[in-house]
Amino acid sequence: MVMNLPRAFRHFGLAGIAAAAAATTLLAVPPARAADRYITVASTTSTEQSGLFKQLLPEFEKASGIEARVVALGTGQALDMGRRGDADVLFVHDQVAEEKFVSDGYGVKRFEVMYNDFVIVGPREDPAKTRGGDVVAGLKAIAAARAPFASRADKSGTHAAELRYWKAAGMDMAKDKGPWYRETGSGMGPTLNTASGMNAYALTDRGTWLNFKNRGDLVILVEGDKRLFNQYGVMLVNPAKHAHVKQEAGRKFIDWLVSPAGQSAIAAYKIGGEQLFFPNAKPGG
Amino acid sequence: MFEIFASLGEALALIGGADPALAGIVVLSLELSLAAAVAGAAIGLPLGALIAVGRFPGRRTLIVTLNALLGLPSVVVGLVVYLLLSRAGPLGSLGILFTPAAIVVAQTLLVAPIVAALARQVAEDAWREYEEQLTSLGVSRLRAVPTILWDARFSLLTVVLAGFGRAASEVGAVMIVGGNIDGVTRVMTTAIALETSKGDLPLALALGAILILVVLAVNAGVFAIREWSARRHG
Repeated sequence: MVMNLPRAFRHFGLAGIAAAAAATTLLAVPPARAADRYITVASTTSTEQSGLFKQLLPEFEKASGIEARVVALGTGQALDMGRRGDADVLFVHDQVAEEKFVSDGYGVKRFEVMYNDFVIVGPREDPAKTRGGDVVAGLKAIAAARAPFASRADKSGTHAAELRYWKAAGMDMAKDKGPWYRETGSGMGPTLNTASGMNAYALTDRGTWLNFKNRGDLVILVEGDKRLFNQYGVMLVNPAKHAHVKQEAGRKFIDWLVSPAGQSAIAAYKIGGEQLFFPNAKPGG
Repeated sequence: MFEIFASLGEALALIGGADPALAGIVVLSLELSLAAAVAGAAIGLPLGALIAVGRFPGRRTLIVTLNALLGLPSVVVGLVVYLLLSRAGPLGSLGILFTPAAIVVAQTLLVAPIVAALARQVAEDAWREYEEQLTSLGVSRLRAVPTILWDARFSLLTVVLAGFGRAASEVGAVMIVGGNIDGVTRVMTTAIALETSKGDLPLALALGAILILVVLAVNAGVFAIREWSARRHG
């Protein structure tokens, strides 16, 4: 009872054409568009959504001939991608977690690249009276007023920073959160969309905020606190753990980022005349 | 309401501007969704027809399962494909995670059950109509499969289009396994999600309008082929 294949094919005139079309389509899209000169960089939604990579990557490609493919996730997820060996380079912003990543042997060495800062945004009328230059006082005021606050809640670098600030304000959000504390579990942009829709407060990196268009009634309320400093670091995923890591191309990317050329490309990225990221690589890492 | 009209204007401006980056994204979306629709049909059509004409133990359970898979959550498919294709997963050595191939795999897994479940229904109706005739000619159930599929080809075309629609509108799984990499795996749906993330809602909606136009064009094309071929074959 084996099906007569040639006959079946005659029956499948249309399907045959379709199959041929499929073959052509698949040929047009080779599985790994050349196993050659590209690296996969796991980075954060803040660097992607602020538009920095659109400026940075073409310059790196021109200088090196290497294509850098960026997958933008929260820092926690990006580190996990590195642990699984699905990225060659990590470009993230959670110093504590990054140092652990390296000391656990998943990363080779951490280089500081640039910084920007976090700000608290909220409704223009500022019902909780947070306005000023003190992040801890600002959060305390939000909690006291039980004013809506939108949290990333996605284990990203920004989320980790937010939890540190709450702790400094004497709150453990695992148990002290009330219905006013809204956990979106999503990226910076979606969280800002939520905050804008609910007229809620939120902690955001300045880069994403400057590039964010759906602000509604939100404005920056708290900024300039030294504790709001936000450092970005870059690491090569350890080839000793994952042999397929493209270490040569990956190292070139890291070397370029901390080189004068890379550093000045970062400094040159501006939105409306405002610089988003400040290069601060130290010679020798 | 005003925003939606403004977005339509922006969509027209985008199309008129013929931005090569946007064209690349549209073409990639189309290529990957068509590939997934064809692959899903290659799996789903024969499978659906076999279940329709076959008589074997567990057939009812299989039908219920297949119908339930119509509601397969795409994020779950994305996660499973991600774990399979990850370097730490069983198929990691292929190195196709975050490439267009990974997107086609995920989309195919979503399309195949839809095509199989709907084709099963169509083929079963056709089989009911021809069973007596075919059996009297001594045609076995298995050999009746191609005949039935061919006979119901026009209804099945709609089934495949439903599969294409599923692939083209997919965002969750595509985001997870493709990574939304600019110029490599960024398709219409993930580009819309990204612009939404940036709070550029008019641009996001304009991209959505273009995606709908593309899907509409594909459907119109298939409809025209169907009309033409129906007239030719009578």
